[in-house]
Amino acid sequence: MTVSRRGKRAGTRVGNDTERRGIGQTVSRRTVFKLGLLGGIGLPLSALGQPADRMRPQPGDRLVFEEGPNQGELVRPELLELNQKPVSALAQDPETEVLRDGSRLNRVMITRIDVDAMGERYRDNVAAGVVAYSAVCTHTGCDVIDWDAKALNMACPCHESQFDIYEGGKVVGGPAPRPLAMLPLELVDGVVLVAAVFRGRVGFTQQF
Amino acid sequence: MLKTTSRFLLACAVLAWSLNSLAQSLPPYNPVTDARLQNPEASNWLMYRGSYDSHGYSSLDQINTDNVDELRPVWSFSTGLREGHQAPPIVNDGYMYVSTPQNHIIALDARSGDMIWRYIRFLPDDLQQLHPTNRGVALYGDRVYLATVDAYLVSLDALTGEVIWEVEVEDYNSGYYMTMAPLVADGKVMVGVSGGELGIRGFVEAFDAMSGEPAWKTFTIPAPGELGSESWPGDTWKTGGVPVWITGSYDPELNLAYWGTGNGGPWMGDTRPGDNLYATSVIALDVSTGELKSHHQYHWNDSWDWDEVSAPLLIDFERDGNTITGMVHPARNGYLWFLERQAAAINFVDAMPYVYQDVFTSIDPVSGRPEYDMSKKPGTGYEASFCPSLWGGKDWPPAAFNPQSRLLFIPANDNVCSTMIGEEIQYRAGRSYIGRGRSDNGGFFVRPGTNHVGELQAWNVDTGERVWTATFESQNWGPVLATAGELVFMGGTNDRYFRAFDASTGEILWQQRTNSGITGVPVTYTLDGKQYVAVQSGWGVDAQREQNLLNMVKGENHYVPQGGVIWVFALPD
Repeated sequence: MTVSRRGKRAGTRVGNDTERRGIGQTVSRRTVFKLGLLGGIGLPLSALGQPADRMRPQPGDRLVFEEGPNQGELVRPELLELNQKPVSALAQDPETEVLRDGSRLNRVMITRIDVDAMGERYRDNVAAGVVAYSAVCTHTGCDVIDWDAKALNMACPCHESQFDIYEGGKVVGGPAPRPLAMLPLELVDGVVLVAAVFRGRVGFTQQF
Repeated sequence: MLKTTSRFLLACAVLAWSLNSLAQSLPPYNPVTDARLQNPEASNWLMYRGSYDSHGYSSLDQINTDNVDELRPVWSFSTGLREGHQAPPIVNDGYMYVSTPQNHIIALDARSGDMIWRYIRFLPDDLQQLHPTNRGVALYGDRVYLATVDAYLVSLDALTGEVIWEVEVEDYNSGYYMTMAPLVADGKVMVGVSGGELGIRGFVEAFDAMSGEPAWKTFTIPAPGELGSESWPGDTWKTGGVPVWITGSYDPELNLAYWGTGNGGPWMGDTRPGDNLYATSVIALDVSTGELKSHHQYHWNDSWDWDEVSAPLLIDFERDGNTITGMVHPARNGYLWFLERQAAAINFVDAMPYVYQDVFTSIDPVSGRPEYDMSKKPGTGYEASFCPSLWGGKDWPPAAFNPQSRLLFIPANDNVCSTMIGEEIQYRAGRSYIGRGRSDNGGFFVRPGTNHVGELQAWNVDTGERVWTATFESQNWGPVLATAGELVFMGGTNDRYFRAFDASTGEILWQQRTNSGITGVPVTYTLDGKQYVAVQSGWGVDAQREQNLLNMVKGENHYVPQGGVIWVFALPD
């Protein structure tokens, strides 16, 4: 029996809750049979359709400031100062204007960098200096909201992981096992758009 | 991801299959009753601190000061997980239950170390884990109870690991999570919630142990109109933190559970002017009704992140020739508090610093209310340095008490301090609600002229005097076990040792280097009349964070490997 006070069976995979992969599993002799039976019909349900607000940023999406003085406005390079503390932004479907705020895994942190100082392999992902990284730490999933203004590193307040925004989100301190996922951007008619899906996996990886 | 998970599960399942025949040799399961919890036999370790009074003490003395140097590993078990392995192995007549980070439970044959079953919780991808750990399971009847990091309470069959029920305690999307071992008493399972850094409103909730039906829920922050609500301005009570993330103590005679509470949020006290009841306090809750019967606030309007979540040890102590029915709390604020507990009141007795503390200027001799050096109290836009550090004189690792020798053993950290400055922060559900700006060197420093950080202190509770102190250059994150063998067991240092100390002198009598650093709660028990000691080794969470900061300020690169292993020790046959 799973009791959820939000009227939703949390252990059941439903269309608008694809991130929850079921709630728990006990491994025992009996489970072996269950797994054997289910093995043939296991479907990656996460690949099925999901609501637009939960989808990761899609190519062609616009970016909208989620916080700061320009909250709610479309992201344009001139609204960001060079090497400023990154602010959070969300992708928006340009046709339906659906804001992809249905999952915290969709959120990115953006700022403007000096492209010439960036590692060459990452420059194609930058739109007129605007760079976007996943807001979710690869260690245990905290929001990467801190900023080391001297080293120009994004930092996680939970366990002090640090990420070099000039080197594709490379880990330069702390326990994070992987770089932050980078969201490729492009500039079209003065507006920053998503150029491709995230480079790298967003969020932490469940162990075991 | 789904495919990957299935593959791993299948691999585990095969392991369980091959061991299954061994499980059949296990003894019948001995149900855990209220009577057993109230008078736990020394042969078992049935709850987080071994007994309701939170003494962390065992009357076993086969392993003692004369023979502990012969202690050796008997078996070990790799959990396959990283991060903070803080839970005690819970032992009931040959069955051992160990919880791990990421909310696994491993059920083991305590004799052989064979796995009986393993519960693996699939945590949501969008979960954030500020504290990737778990501090233990609770036992009751033929059930095992786990409080999860996605804020569920799970009840499992102790023999098979099958989930009997699970209830959502709160919504993890709003910042609630749980890391504590549940407290079972009077047919109820009680849990508190973490999330003080994420804008929660803390509470303790009780559930019927059999059905999982909610019994009562008591918030740690009063709503407007309730007693104490005047200590929270405006709407600050809605998001003021005050989590409860360590198992409470329990007095069966008074039917009161004593819980320590965390600090208010955001961290800067000037964002919530007032005392902020019942933050940084001990609260007494009636286990039948949840009614808050009494409280004592250790310090008001916290600005230092000094959670006081460790439950007080229920200890009757002597003062001026009288025996006081009391409680003792080595606080994160650096003071050792002696309190009197009564059915309807908690009274201040006395308090004294046990580490260097430069914030309190005085303590009212009647109420126990401290006064502050306000230059040491950080605020929004005001940077201040203070000692001890934000992790306090003692963070969550529990102290232990030997009622025979009257000594209290405190795993302390001295000589490290913090610098903090507040910055304005806007509440958004489930997001960081700390409001701390950046300070140089991570806002952390070591007091000049000092030579150590970690300590194990022994205090006589009747005289209120310190008897001995063992020191370590490393920080100390080691929970403590005291035994009638006149021993104190503790790890906690960054050199990966698990140690036995002479309880009367602090001398190290035995040590074993392990796979990782030890922040797990050590336990002891017997099987077939022979005494064992068990502990998890698995460094992570705040011990690792402090290591990062120590490396930064000292210019060192001390590395502590991660990965959990359960260790079991005994004397040679």
